[in-house]
Amino acid sequence: MSAPAVALHLVLLLLAPPLVLGIAVKVKAWLAGRRGAPLLQPYHDLRKLLGKGTVRGEGTTWVFAAGPLVGLAAVLVAGLLVPLAGGAAPLGFAGDVIAFAALLSLGRFFTMAAALDTGSSFEGMGASREAAFGAFTEPGLFLVLALICLPARSAGLAQAWAARPAGVAWLAHPLYLLAAVVLFVVLLAENARIPIDDPATHLELTMVHEVMVLDHGGPDLAFVLYGEAVKLFVIAALLVHLLLPVPPGGWAGAVALLAGEAAVAGLVGVVEGSVARLRLPRVPGFLIGAAALAAVGVAVLFARGRP
Amino acid sequence: MNLQLVLVALGVLAAGGFAALVAGRRGRLALALGTAGAVAGSALGLVAAGAQLASGGAVAARAGWRPPLGSLTVGLDPLSSFFLVAVFLVAALAAVYGAGYLRAHLEAGGRRIGAAVAAFNLLVAAMAGVVIARDGVLFLAAWEVMTIASWVLVTFEDEHESVQRAGLIYLVASQLGVVALFLLFALLRRGAPGFEFAQLAAAGPPAPGLAAVCFGLALVGFGAKAGFWPLHVWLPDAHPAAPSHVSALMSGVMIKMGIYGLLRTLLLLGPPPVWWGALVVGIGAVSGLAGVLYALAQHDLKRLLAYHSIENVGIIALGVGIGLLGQSRGDAMVAFLGYAGALLHVLNHGLFKGLLFQGAGAVLQATGVRALDALGGLARRMPVTALAFLAGSVAIAGLPPLNGFVSEWLIFAGAFRGGAALAGGAGLAAAAVVPALALIGGLAVACFVKVYGVVFLGTPRTGAPGRAREVGAAMRVPMVLAAALCLLLGVLPVVAVGVVAPAAREVAGLAAAPAGLGGSLAAVTAVGAALVAVVALLVLVRAGLLRRRPAPAAPVWACGYVGVTPRMQYTAASFAEPVLAPFGPLMHRTVHALRPATFFPAAASYEEHVGDVAGERLLAPAARRVLGVFARLRILQQGRIQLYLAYVLITLLVLLTWQIGLAGR
Repeated sequence: MSAPAVALHLVLLLLAPPLVLGIAVKVKAWLAGRRGAPLLQPYHDLRKLLGKGTVRGEGTTWVFAAGPLVGLAAVLVAGLLVPLAGGAAPLGFAGDVIAFAALLSLGRFFTMAAALDTGSSFEGMGASREAAFGAFTEPGLFLVLALICLPARSAGLAQAWAARPAGVAWLAHPLYLLAAVVLFVVLLAENARIPIDDPATHLELTMVHEVMVLDHGGPDLAFVLYGEAVKLFVIAALLVHLLLPVPPGGWAGAVALLAGEAAVAGLVGVVEGSVARLRLPRVPGFLIGAAALAAVGVAVLFARGRP
Repeated sequence: MNLQLVLVALGVLAAGGFAALVAGRRGRLALALGTAGAVAGSALGLVAAGAQLASGGAVAARAGWRPPLGSLTVGLDPLSSFFLVAVFLVAALAAVYGAGYLRAHLEAGGRRIGAAVAAFNLLVAAMAGVVIARDGVLFLAAWEVMTIASWVLVTFEDEHESVQRAGLIYLVASQLGVVALFLLFALLRRGAPGFEFAQLAAAGPPAPGLAAVCFGLALVGFGAKAGFWPLHVWLPDAHPAAPSHVSALMSGVMIKMGIYGLLRTLLLLGPPPVWWGALVVGIGAVSGLAGVLYALAQHDLKRLLAYHSIENVGIIALGVGIGLLGQSRGDAMVAFLGYAGALLHVLNHGLFKGLLFQGAGAVLQATGVRALDALGGLARRMPVTALAFLAGSVAIAGLPPLNGFVSEWLIFAGAFRGGAALAGGAGLAAAAVVPALALIGGLAVACFVKVYGVVFLGTPRTGAPGRAREVGAAMRVPMVLAAALCLLLGVLPVVAVGVVAPAAREVAGLAAAPAGLGGSLAAVTAVGAALVAVVALLVLVRAGLLRRRPAPAAPVWACGYVGVTPRMQYTAASFAEPVLAPFGPLMHRTVHALRPATFFPAAASYEEHVGDVAGERLLAPAARRVLGVFARLRILQQGRIQLYLAYVLITLLVLLTWQIGLAGR
């Protein structure tokens, strides 16, 4: 990758994510008949939090502080593996999809460990639910990646996008539409959105992701919120590349990506504003169902002969 | 030269063990002598095996004296050298740790230390013997010595009834497995002048039907040792029963002898058909999934780790399956990725499972408690153990930047490539590895967050962990070393793959490692380095932001409730509940709950027992049926001397007729 392309990738990865989160919140507010917070509100929140001191939970160890740090670092490095403005990614390689999924797991591992470090039963409850949802999301995520990668004969994302049919892919290849549906479910699950989790809930007993980060404050909370935005942005980038032709490299690619990201964020907002959250015991079935859908897709690939 | 050095190393191990046995009642002396022998022998063997591995060649030697049936033929090829490296590395760490661990046992007035130390050294030597044996009879002899030495160690604390029971089940399971191995070698021998592997290989691969039978026998015989589902039932009882450094050795390397035996047999069986690979993939997926699910359901730290060994053997089997699939379709890259991933996972699991069992031993020694739900908050009282255990947890969960990720990456890469490149059912079987390994990995993350969180984080749930003290240096150093090696192999996959490449090539039958992997391995290094760098950067940013700003400690949020006690923390059982709930039908859970009743509940309790479906639904009924058949045979046994004399007469008559018939021909 050329230096300007890397710079553009870094700028997109570091600066755009809170905006995407802002769009999702805005659309949700519109659907509820409210005006909603300004689009740039997430940036203001981060600036405010970064300027504050923090609070250490009594009896916690360094793991408590490491949770937000490792969580953010993991999604940022994952963002270096995913092509953003078309073309390649700075750290992309043949096999990057595996590292991508493992990095998401690493972030989750430390977020859950930090939650358990507080010794609070609320946080323990959140970590337990997150562990379950994470475990059930994993097969779906990998099956989608297989669905994307098998036709390209490479476990690298850049190669997979290069091998994708030109134009609006899913019209030529309906399995891409199936992959997109499953990937959208994975996106909702990984980012703790409705119908799996509700980022706006105010009752600790019903929280999953939120309750794990209850005791973080100041810069630590900023890292958590920023990490969530980056995670949404990075997984949405996968979805955008899957459905839309993103011209490789340069400003055209960046514009296409941002347009696609905005559309995905809008879709997340629409889901949040119009669908009720699933009951907790129903979530595993929902996630496994999505994985089964992707498995059917993979089976169809094989049934049609060579993938 | 290297082979001779390995033999000298075995001699040093045996001498140390013998000296410990002689020193007997003088516990400290016995421990020192035995440990010195184990460490020196393992170090020497490690150097010799490493040098042989680096040279990449194969050597063999035969002693002049021939025991009945077999010959004393030993050899070193890349596969043997690699397994020797794993054995000696884990053994050296375990021996140092054992010196510290058993000292506490001595101080508590423990006995029979000499026998335990001698058996440890004998176990290490026997494993090395299994790996270097080049003769079927010698192999089986070393195999049996290995089983017996480990049985002595498993029953070390035989004052507990559960330990006696575990020892008995272990011995029976091992011997049942060996029956299959005897049959296997008898079948392989057909057409060869002797049991030497070179002779067996020279006789050519068996016919497809016979090869399939041999393959099945190897799966049963070696699978019983490795812990393939459903032959694993002895493992969760035996491994936790042993002292922790022995658990580390047994889980870390001894069960891998089953993998070694399987691979060695595959070298004799000729080109594999597709269904072998698919079958091994299936076994791996079931073992991996069953192992991790039962691990999640455990309440005992060491038992949980033992179930994870079944999971990891399953992952290794997935790799072997990919290798077989690639081999059957002649795809060098897929075969190499599968075998390399499996072999690297052998080494990796030896390191991190050894580390985790040692950590569990440290917790056990510091608190006297194995029940997860009685622990908690140990990270502050045992910081070094906690850090090492965290490294082991991240590694076993297959997360970057530690070594577990590299081996799982290789297996995943083989599965992706196999799914895309292999034709027909082989491709589908390879692709099936992807979701299986993903689910196993996701559940392993859940399980190790649970273990680490419940044992080391939060606040102590009972008095015992609250009084714990960090363990001694002899126990800390091996754990830290193992953690460092996990990190090293994780960030330098080029080194890790370099260690396994010669053995993987040998098993896959490739003249050279397929090109095109180097770039990806360098990229994995880059990912690990980027991760470390970004974390370091964020630590600096955080420190900069918080300079001159308050960071006070405050009670954690409890919705305003002030009567919080440590017992209100989430327990291991409650943590695992939502993960296990969807798998309900697959688990054999019995719950005894006394639910709180009335408006002012006085007593409530909850007790849960998870039985092993393989043991209770599959093997126990099968055993009952077999016993039923045998019970019917009891009709022969009437207790009347006349009847027995009649049996003798009938037998003689039959033999006589047979002999006459033979002579008449």
